[in-house]
Amino acid sequence: MARGHTFVATRANTEPRWMRIVLTVIALGFLAAFLVVPLAAVLVEALRKGWATYLAALVEPDALAAIKLTLLVAGIAVPFNLVFGTAAAWAIAKFEFRGKQLLITLIDLPFSVSPVVAGLVYVLVFGQQGWLGPWLRDHDIKILFAVPGLVLATVFVTFPFVARELISLMQAQGNDEEEAALTLGASGLRTFWHVTLPNIKWALLTGVILCNARAMGEFGAVSVVSGHIRGQTNTMPLHVEILYNEYQFAAAFAVASLLALLALVTLVLKAVVEWLEERGVAAAERAKKVADSSESAARTPVPADARAGQALAVA
Amino acid sequence: MRAAVLDGALIGQFSRVPPRRALPGFGLTMGYTLLCLGLVVLLPLSALFLKTATLTWHQFWQTVTAPRVVASYGLTFGVSLLAATINLFAGTLVAWVLVRYPFPGKRLVDALVDLPFALPTAVAGIALTALYAPTGWIGAPLAELGIKVAFTPLGILVALVFIGLPFVIRTVQPVLQDLDREYEEAAISLGASRWQTIRKVVLPTLAPAILAGYVLALSRAVGEYGSVIFIAGNMPFVSEITPLLIVTKLEQYDYAGATAIAVVMLLLSFVLILAINLLQRWQSRRGQ
Repeated sequence: MARGHTFVATRANTEPRWMRIVLTVIALGFLAAFLVVPLAAVLVEALRKGWATYLAALVEPDALAAIKLTLLVAGIAVPFNLVFGTAAAWAIAKFEFRGKQLLITLIDLPFSVSPVVAGLVYVLVFGQQGWLGPWLRDHDIKILFAVPGLVLATVFVTFPFVARELISLMQAQGNDEEEAALTLGASGLRTFWHVTLPNIKWALLTGVILCNARAMGEFGAVSVVSGHIRGQTNTMPLHVEILYNEYQFAAAFAVASLLALLALVTLVLKAVVEWLEERGVAAAERAKKVADSSESAARTPVPADARAGQALAVA
Repeated sequence: MRAAVLDGALIGQFSRVPPRRALPGFGLTMGYTLLCLGLVVLLPLSALFLKTATLTWHQFWQTVTAPRVVASYGLTFGVSLLAATINLFAGTLVAWVLVRYPFPGKRLVDALVDLPFALPTAVAGIALTALYAPTGWIGAPLAELGIKVAFTPLGILVALVFIGLPFVIRTVQPVLQDLDREYEEAAISLGASRWQTIRKVVLPTLAPAILAGYVLALSRAVGEYGSVIFIAGNMPFVSEITPLLIVTKLEQYDYAGATAIAVVMLLLSFVLILAINLLQRWQSRRGQ
């Protein structure tokens, strides 16, 4: 414990050894059964008919079209939410205004709406019987059962991801550093770029990583607005569903294994970002401690690792 | 037109109290935020309620109380409550083990907890179905015992436990990490047993976080679609969830019917979450 109080495990203040072992085994067993085994099942099922079938399922034209479409949709939805999330966090965290809590609740709303309902609302707006349906038909603009509909549904379900990561962090950080930069004559944009952004970069990255995973993997909302046109409006998860329903299990699991790989990469990236963030925070704290003590004893030399930490905190 | 009125009303609502020293960009970022929120979320969601208003009260009531629809509410909310409850206990235990007990590979296990957030729901659905089908790794031994999991409500439970698994763990973990062990030691030096300490000192501190995770897992489970439809079997009256009924109505071009059911589902989950929050507030006031 880092609070100047050393914790010593004694018989009285922790569980008996046998109980600790039993609880650990139960917890890890639960995680293994629900997380590791399904993941392993995807890989085993994908390779059940051999590598040739596996690769054939991935390079088949409909699969390639699905992969391209998924990348395209995520490629539009994620940057949109990145810009939105950053703007929302700036407005909410850096300023005081009435109704702030209501605004945060409204931004979080898509998390508590069923993905199916998220798709449904766009059908109601853009569908044949919808508000804009007749106008869109007259002007020959396709939104539903086309890429724009897929993008909109994806933006809806991933709407809170980046904003949520940033708001609490930026609120905790306060405005002091930005105010100092502005007083020293920096422009608003320059202040954001050189002062705010370095402070929030890890949270921003985490938000983007999670947003991207959900954007590429979304099923319910996209399924409602896609129309399931093979090779045209099928994203990877929808392609998996179609193959599975046609009893092409090996092919379905082959495409699913790509999505599982995406999930694993997401987890690794998230862990790496967390590790870098912890290291940055620890180095900054060390540097601050040294800076504080060197203020009181002005001639204390600053150790090299603290200077590196300061540089890292600034970078 | 409607968006402009809506945004105007919202900007009025969020009128700014001048800060001590003005950072720039409030108008721009707030305007952009409200524009996106209005166009992407609020305007489409309002379509839900306006579409429902095109039904007469009688039509609405008949749609949302049809026996098949009512059966789906019972199934969806019943299994979701059960799955979230399982996650409440398992999640608290996993968080406790992850924070308090040393074991090799902890970092890896900790990272893996987020898998249900990262794995596309359709992939989770077909993987769990393959595992729990009568021929699967887990389904086959269970079938010999006479337990059918896949294509029954039990299969839905498995999928919803998977989907809700990280919520309680991730809300409890940081609170447990910040929990000062001095309180536990104080309780022990005052003569409390370990079990009394956990029950009277540790658990009350964790309770709000546990409940917050429970509510998140529950609201996720109620709306879940992708992972459930593969494993459920989707038999009307037996294993047909409400989100699937909405999709079925949509495929029959019954937009108003689909919307009516969606509105009822949203209202029911809102009431449920409100009730849990009130219960928690009542509980904590009684505890003081």
